[in-house]
Amino acid sequence: MAAKGKEPQAPSPLDPQAPSESTAALLRELVAHLRQNRTQLREEWARRITRAQLLTAMTEEEIFAEATSVYDNYVEALETGTFEALQAYARNLSERIIPRGVETHEVVGIVLLLRDVLARSLFGKYHEDFDKLNRILDAYEPAANRIANTVAVGFVQERERIIRQQQEAIRELSTPVLQVRERLLILPIIGVIDPQRARQLTEQLLRAIRTNRAKVVVIDITGVAAMDSNVANHLVQTVEASRLLGATVIVTGLSPEIAQTLVTIGVDLSEMATVGDLQGGIEEAERLLGYKVLPLEEVTPKA
Amino acid sequence: MEVPILKQGHYLIASIQSALTDADLSQLREALIERVGKYRSRGVIVDVTALDVMDSFAVRTLRDIAHMARLRGAETVIVGIQPEVAFAMVQLGLTLKGVSTALDLEEGLAFLDRQARERIERVQGRIPRG
Repeated sequence: MAAKGKEPQAPSPLDPQAPSESTAALLRELVAHLRQNRTQLREEWARRITRAQLLTAMTEEEIFAEATSVYDNYVEALETGTFEALQAYARNLSERIIPRGVETHEVVGIVLLLRDVLARSLFGKYHEDFDKLNRILDAYEPAANRIANTVAVGFVQERERIIRQQQEAIRELSTPVLQVRERLLILPIIGVIDPQRARQLTEQLLRAIRTNRAKVVVIDITGVAAMDSNVANHLVQTVEASRLLGATVIVTGLSPEIAQTLVTIGVDLSEMATVGDLQGGIEEAERLLGYKVLPLEEVTPKA
Repeated sequence: MEVPILKQGHYLIASIQSALTDADLSQLREALIERVGKYRSRGVIVDVTALDVMDSFAVRTLRDIAHMARLRGAETVIVGIQPEVAFAMVQLGLTLKGVSTALDLEEGLAFLDRQARERIERVQGRIPRG
């Protein structure tokens, strides 16, 4: 950032793995400077965040409060050279601000802003001693970049973790397999069936048949808007696979339109037991399982 | 590896323990059909719980066993097909049409018992007593 125009220093003391004695001394000096000007630099930073219209989802007070803790963590990371605390803080911060709609570019933006603010203040302090300024920046820049990196990566990782979690949740929710009676499962399908979902649906159903020792499965497709030969084939495959596990499948809720489409495109559903609606399907399943549901009045006199 | 065939009352139980070669499968088919006659069995259960792959030859052999046993007077039921195996079979179009299946050995035995009972009831219905 700043060393341009000056000839690059040959024995670079930049290696973060083995900071030479002078780098450590310089960083100490730097940290002392940042501590001294904490209030002013922090305010300047918060101002620039607002001016750059970052973190618009948060109020000014919140920005200032977060800025303070980021600043302190930042200085601490510079001082100790360890990033664990900062990493943990970044993760914690991300956890708090992601649900509020803070974007990746904002988080990266504010960390870069802080870097700039601090670099400017260093320029201001050492502008008379150009050599010293250079050495200070040599010590500062790698550490600062690494901090920016850590925070950005922490944020992105947290975001990805949340996305993965939500995807999982959606996947689980999209195909609930429910047991309504001993050995009777229902699988209500809602929405669009694509090959991937059909596969997952079938796998989930087969597992459920296994664990619940189901004998009859009612697949309700009332919520399926449209059906083409692909979807129909998936359905046939699901039925076949269930049969291989010893379970009978009843398909319910075929709308008149879907029935017409299926007949028109000539899908062979002869292997499939179909019943008009879910109620009928469950009643049919109960018959297959040997259940008989009676109103209480019809039962009590006999008792 | 030869598949052990157990005799349990009126039923024969063949429990496949590991992946089988085509020769093993053919041997199993011959042995089962021969024993159906020898023990006058009414039902055959082939347990494939231990199989995590089923190729077309295996499926065809199982179907042959079922059809041949039926000709010899025994009902066959295939039990213990794993969910993944079932899924793969359906994808490959190997659906064991016309062969009874059940979840596990217990279900298979219950299925055969039910079949036997129904057969008796049918017979009794046709020939009125007295």
